[in-house]
Amino acid sequence: MTTAIAARGITKRYRGQTVLDGVDLTVAAGTVLALLGPNGAGKTTAVHILSTLVRPDGGTATIAGHDLLRDPQGVRSAIGLTGQFAAVDGLLTGEENLRLMADLRHLGSRAGRQRVAELLERFDLTDVARKPLITYSGGMKRRLDLAMTLVGTPQIVFLDEPTTGLDPRSRQTMWEIVRELLDDGVTIFLTTQYLEEADRVADRVVVLDHGRIVGEGTPSELKARVGTEVLVVTDRDGTARPEIPIDGTVGGLRRVLDEIDGDQLATASLRTPSLDDVFFALTGNPPSSSSESAAAPATASTREES
Amino acid sequence: MTNIATTAADSATMFRRNLLHMLRYPGLTVFVIGIPVLLLLLFVYVFGGTLGAGLPGGGNGASQQYLAYVVPGILLIGVAGIANGASIGIAQDMTEGIVARFRSMAISRAAVLNGHVLGNTVQGLLCLAIVLGVGLLMGFRPAAGPLAWLVLAAFLALVCYSISWVAVAMGMSSKTVEAASNWPMIFTLLPFLGSGFVPTASMPGWLQWFADAQPFTPFIETARALLAGRAPSAGDGWWSLIWCTGFIALGYAWARRLYERKSV
Ligand SMILES: Nc1ncnc2c1ncn2[C@@H]1O[C@H](COP(=O)(O)OP(=O)(O)O)[C@@H](O)[C@H]1O
Ligand SMILES: [Mg+2]
Repeated sequence: MTTAIAARGITKRYRGQTVLDGVDLTVAAGTVLALLGPNGAGKTTAVHILSTLVRPDGGTATIAGHDLLRDPQGVRSAIGLTGQFAAVDGLLTGEENLRLMADLRHLGSRAGRQRVAELLERFDLTDVARKPLITYSGGMKRRLDLAMTLVGTPQIVFLDEPTTGLDPRSRQTMWEIVRELLDDGVTIFLTTQYLEEADRVADRVVVLDHGRIVGEGTPSELKARVGTEVLVVTDRDGTARPEIPIDGTVGGLRRVLDEIDGDQLATASLRTPSLDDVFFALTGNPPSSSSESAAAPATASTREES
Repeated sequence: MTNIATTAADSATMFRRNLLHMLRYPGLTVFVIGIPVLLLLLFVYVFGGTLGAGLPGGGNGASQQYLAYVVPGILLIGVAGIANGASIGIAQDMTEGIVARFRSMAISRAAVLNGHVLGNTVQGLLCLAIVLGVGLLMGFRPAAGPLAWLVLAAFLALVCYSISWVAVAMGMSSKTVEAASNWPMIFTLLPFLGSGFVPTASMPGWLQWFADAQPFTPFIETARALLAGRAPSAGDGWWSLIWCTGFIALGYAWARRLYERKSV
């Protein structure tokens, strides 16, 4: 298998604050890597460095065979970036935005028109193609944003928090698109605050905290460390006990329950682990700068300090 | 494609984008055209009689005489307005997420800036043509022949182009769009502190020295000569070219540096 992205010791500091601290990343061609971390972990900075927008203070990277620092134009010709915030021209229509990309990719007039029509169709934007972007919903803008990234059929696509702020249906659509891209052999580097998302779409997950990698592996390897589910128990007087990760087997659940003083318990329930649980399992601490939006899409969790 | 061909193609694409912006949102263009037209009306109809009488050889029909004198000054006020528009335009654009996208694409690094500067130059020529048209309606009868008109158009395009480069760099260096609209105000002042509205010979000594040394005086004098059907003096012609070259070099280098450095 060839390597699409190989980064070594990527370091970035802003005014004395170390935002990325010697990050190593390897992504095999045709796979999805999810960079998982809370707000402020350094995910966007990593994406910006690997997509040539920001120069690292240290480290090297090869992207699609091009050296990041010596051949940035080579890197740019192989990648597509969909940033955390919509990178569209708000004064143009959807179609004009896509045409702009086709022209900048030098597709030529006929091939360009064809590609634009194709993408409008695929992203369900044909009806609004000639309308100004002011009339677009957030989900429509996101779809257009991604369509613009794909105009030049990039080998590697960066998606910075592609589903943050989307409703569940648009989130599903986004995951389907990621799968379609994979079928076409595209390599995907995505960032997310959602464990569930990393679990569903990624081949490998890298967990980032404070600019350092604190864990990595396949989703199942990570879950083996975190537990596939979390047992939530409360006492009769309503106080919550520290939550207990379990491995998802009946035997495992029974063993855990046997160890608890059952008489005191009022309720017991299971939930899927959240990003907080991952951090707890990997570092023994909750994520350093978890935000409200970091709660998993399905379940919100609070962990007792213990 | 070769490097030069790519740069040309990408710049043309960005130029089309800027023209589309101007067509869709003509507010800035209307503002840029409105100010010089208002000043023209004001200076000719309100101050024209008095100021015209003060011109060398002034007397009968003073305000018509002043009209002929002030049109080149107003044209350069128009150019200063273009600078203002250029600065605001690029500052606004830099706040748009799409510029980060451009920077992550394999397109010529100068293309975004070229698009703005070329778009502004075209907007500038349009604006100046309208100002001249209003002047003609007010009775301005330039003596310029076809060749002089052609040279004048090329000359004004060059001035718009070079000032736009500096203005684009100023806009890039501004943290906010408001700040970007303040910077090029200097350009609007220069025609007043030059030969735009009164001959520099009528100014106090220190101001006269400044008026003769600053770029807008040779710009205005060159335009004035061409409109009158005369060849510009060698001094005005050369100084104009030198200032334009300087503005382009300074603006281009400054804007390119900021474009490379601007973090997302
Ligand atoms: N241009 C910048 N200047 C100063 N600090 C920055 C800049 N970009 C990011 N940071 C800081 O770097 C840290 C990581 O930010 P970011 O990469 O955006 O994290 P994430 O995308 O994981 O939320 C944050 O503390 C942020 O304040
Ligand atoms: Mg981010």
